[in-house]
Amino acid sequence: MLANAPILNRLPVRETIVAGIVVVAIIGVIMAQGMTFGVRMMVEATCYAILALGFTIQWGYAGQLNAGVLGFLALGGYAAMAFSVPMNAAFWNTDLPQQLGWAIVRAVFYILIIIGVSQIHRLGVPKKVRTWATIIVAFILYMMMKSHFVPIASAIEREAQFIGGLGMHPLVGWLVGGLLAGVAGYFIGRICLGLRSDYLVIATLGIAEIIKAVMVNEEWLTRGTLTVSPIPWPVPGPGDIGFLAARSLYLTLTALVVLAIFLLLQRAYKAPWGRMIRSIRDNEISAAAMGKDINKRRLEIFVFGCILMGIGGAALTNFTSIFNAQGYLPLNHTFLILVMAILGGPGNNLGTILGAFLVYVIWVMSEPVALYVMQVVIYLGDMWFAWEPPGNIASRALQSRVFIIGLLITLILRFAPQGLMPEKVKHDT
Amino acid sequence: MNEFIFFINNVVISGAVAGSIYALGAIGITLIFSIMRFAHFAHADMMTFGAFMVFIFTAMFPGSGAALGIPTPILMLPIAMAITAVLAIGLDNAFYKPLRDKGVKPIVLVIASLGVTLMLQGIIRMFAGTSSRSLYIGERKEIYRLEVPMEGITRPIVITDPQIWLIIFAIVAVVALHFFLTRSRLGKAMRAMSDNPDLAEVSGINTRAVVMVTWVIAGALAAVAGTMLAMDVALQPQLSFFILLPIFAATIVGGVGQPYGAIAGGYLVGFVETLSVFNWSILLRPLQPMLPEALEVPRNLALVGTEYKIVVPFFILVVVLIWRPTGIFKGKVI
Repeated sequence: MLANAPILNRLPVRETIVAGIVVVAIIGVIMAQGMTFGVRMMVEATCYAILALGFTIQWGYAGQLNAGVLGFLALGGYAAMAFSVPMNAAFWNTDLPQQLGWAIVRAVFYILIIIGVSQIHRLGVPKKVRTWATIIVAFILYMMMKSHFVPIASAIEREAQFIGGLGMHPLVGWLVGGLLAGVAGYFIGRICLGLRSDYLVIATLGIAEIIKAVMVNEEWLTRGTLTVSPIPWPVPGPGDIGFLAARSLYLTLTALVVLAIFLLLQRAYKAPWGRMIRSIRDNEISAAAMGKDINKRRLEIFVFGCILMGIGGAALTNFTSIFNAQGYLPLNHTFLILVMAILGGPGNNLGTILGAFLVYVIWVMSEPVALYVMQVVIYLGDMWFAWEPPGNIASRALQSRVFIIGLLITLILRFAPQGLMPEKVKHDT
Repeated sequence: MNEFIFFINNVVISGAVAGSIYALGAIGITLIFSIMRFAHFAHADMMTFGAFMVFIFTAMFPGSGAALGIPTPILMLPIAMAITAVLAIGLDNAFYKPLRDKGVKPIVLVIASLGVTLMLQGIIRMFAGTSSRSLYIGERKEIYRLEVPMEGITRPIVITDPQIWLIIFAIVAVVALHFFLTRSRLGKAMRAMSDNPDLAEVSGINTRAVVMVTWVIAGALAAVAGTMLAMDVALQPQLSFFILLPIFAATIVGGVGQPYGAIAGGYLVGFVETLSVFNWSILLRPLQPMLPEALEVPRNLALVGTEYKIVVPFFILVVVLIWRPTGIFKGKVI
């Protein structure tokens, strides 16, 4: 940690070197690809830094592996879209909003009935009867709920394409996105955090696929495969003040968000709360013996991480200005972030941010490099063996990145498990 | 009664097919879990890899199965099983064993297996592209239509060639595994090691051999499951992410570390999946004349649409984790 350096009485050599590499890499990209491209890459890198910070507090602070960053990211992205896109007059001018509202009221009523039935054991009904009664009632009401929603959803799709946005300031969407992701994380965490850590990986992987499936298929809500664009920016857009200026403003905004999160996390890390979290991670039993509520703290940190992922996802989706549910891919939106965090140093916030920048630069540049290497291979193959390359060579070259990311993960784990900047735990003597 | 035949075709047969595939995958995962104590996420990609090997050999010698009267992919399956088993041992030596020797937490091995997943997927995609392919090259997928000699039934029961093979393979694999685990020395050593690795090592069991055998079984079964899936549907590199969740759900439902539990869990998940996407109103419609006028059978009574099939294993997983985290067969590790 930077702030620890004076106490340890030494210069932060490692930090300076890593930061230097990142700066040189960014300057290199700007020189090669131009300023507007460079700024775009930096905006995306800061968005990824938010996501990686969310990941690192889950994995580095608490040892929870979240393999479904994609899902929380997509929730954030959806909120950013839903709150900032203008209202859809074709939807609000019909009686569909009223019908939808009634359907929601009914759904809430049904859920209350189910909850009520699940509590009848308090009235003296045997527990077994209660369980079966709850299952049957829930089943029937679920089917009824479905039969209410399906015609309304298809009517919306037919008449108005989708329900549209709320036309609010995009930053509202960012916050709500964080909140949505946090709520999703709360339910997953409630189920899995008391169990083996592997179960969380499976469950998060599953919830991410489900969130994506809902966003692709519920066209009335998200416009599905048709995608929604443009999403207005929280800062003046490129149409008003030009590409470079607009992107720079956006970069300022995301950089401020990263800075704020970083400072808060540093404070929390050094505060008694951070010490408690680390003690739970490093020795669960002794932490429990000290009277810490382990599952509650774990849930706290998991939800907190998910909130950051939601905000990061909102910032990222908002920047690309298009909401495309099918564009959320496990490779780009889960494993890339995993690499950033474990390369930068899990549990080290500065390391994670630098790792995010470094990995993102490599990721962005890997596309032209992979294509170039492929062309060289084709050229040599053609020259030496008169080899006929298959047609879709460009798309295959990009698939090699999947392999590279996987290799990177296994190599880091084996040779640098602490990452470039290991977490430094200060010991009082 | 045609509705009943429809039910058999769409639920009994496809449930058995999906269940067999999940069971074959889940056995491997549960064995790895019980011996090495980590969730092996690269398993689904080992399945795709096995299917891909079959595809390569079938493409090299098309039609060679005709001499024996079996589909060529089935003829090539043993080769693919051997290659996948070797791959599994190689992956262990290259990526998991060094980490295990360092004594890392199981969750680090999980991350490593996620990395291996991406590597395998990358290799398959680089060579095969992302399009889907059929394993039947120059051959016809036999479809059997069994007429049911009963009055009022006009539709046949439809079952395809790969589905029959799959069910045969699943039964053979389960019986062989049972005898291996209960009769052979190595199988008993495996059970001992899953119960208590330290005690097993102290009592002179060659733990290295046990680990290797585990990978061989897991790899070979993964190749079978992947090939059967690819023969039944098509070979797609991105299939693995969708099959991962049902397989893990099956493993956990059956109780982690319990091979028989994995089989039961596989069929449970397979049947629940097909039952949930089945449109029940087809079965209820013949009863319409008996019902009162006001009660009309809706057109669609499927629990979830096919696009949300992935929700079913997740739901099962959540239910099991809440009510019985050890699974039906009381798995050891929670």
